[in-house]
Amino acid sequence: MLSGKVALVTGASRGIGREIAITLAGYGATVIVNYNGSAQAAQEVVDTIVEGGGQAKAVQASVAVDEDCKKMIEDTLAEYGKIDILVNNAGITKDNLMMKISEEDFDAVMDTNVKGTFLTIKHMYRAFLKQRGGRIINMSSVTGLSGNAGQSNYAASKAAVVGLTKSVAKELAARGVTCNAIAPGFIETDMTAKMTDAAKEAVLSQIPMKKVGHVKDIAETVAFLASDKASYITGQVISIDGGLHM
Amino acid sequence: MLEKVIEIVKEQLNVEAEITAESNFKEDLGADSLDLFEIVMAFEEEFGTEIPTEDLESIATVGDVVNYLNAKGVN
Repeated sequence: MLSGKVALVTGASRGIGREIAITLAGYGATVIVNYNGSAQAAQEVVDTIVEGGGQAKAVQASVAVDEDCKKMIEDTLAEYGKIDILVNNAGITKDNLMMKISEEDFDAVMDTNVKGTFLTIKHMYRAFLKQRGGRIINMSSVTGLSGNAGQSNYAASKAAVVGLTKSVAKELAARGVTCNAIAPGFIETDMTAKMTDAAKEAVLSQIPMKKVGHVKDIAETVAFLASDKASYITGQVISIDGGLHM
Repeated sequence: MLEKVIEIVKEQLNVEAEITAESNFKEDLGADSLDLFEIVMAFEEEFGTEIPTEDLESIATVGDVVNYLNAKGVN
């Protein structure tokens, strides 16, 4: 479904990003596995892909840093000649009650989740125009659509990703580049493992399907949006959350 | 130079209308900012020079492009 395509997945060493990288590679894409701190985990993702007969390479860069983003994208374009699929998955949380969130914790979340998404798209812009085609898939969150107590900074960042997604979709629609967002609900990852049992129970009771989602649920949707099958879909936010947000 | 610039503009905008040095990209040729950006990318490729985004503000007509390229020493 994606053979011959080059995909860049940010924050791909763990969690949802890891699964996206492995899934895209499984469909034939060459995957750039971006990571910031987890070099070993990123290499393990590359090894998993290569063992499965796919192609991948780990690249370190903090998406929140302009020069890092620029270099990663320039180097990738120089080596592979193109990037067909850009998945902005890198994201962090610094949860707390609003009044207890420091300015630093607000900025850190916005820098990675919003600015990081903005920067990768910005540095890919010319290449996408030249290619006259491309797929951008940004990771929002159910929290960005519904809000969540204790996640005001994260919710703000994920709502911002929605606005960014729709604006980019409008700018590039006539050039064959689609831009969509995915809003995962409660997915089993390292990020949600940090939640208390009580918090998990509380969320579970709100989900119509009464069960948590898995990284594969997200990764398969990303693969679909990245494929030619989704060529008429742009500017959308696709919730994958067992019906949590409707 | 002017002929080459006009040729690129015609190709990029896919217009049949007559284009002269006085043609204004936005008003006469109906180009939006993204069209202009794409035309500039085509110039960069053709003439092997980099045109920074800031410099775009000084370019309104086809003649402006020729003057701009000449000032940069592009032939």
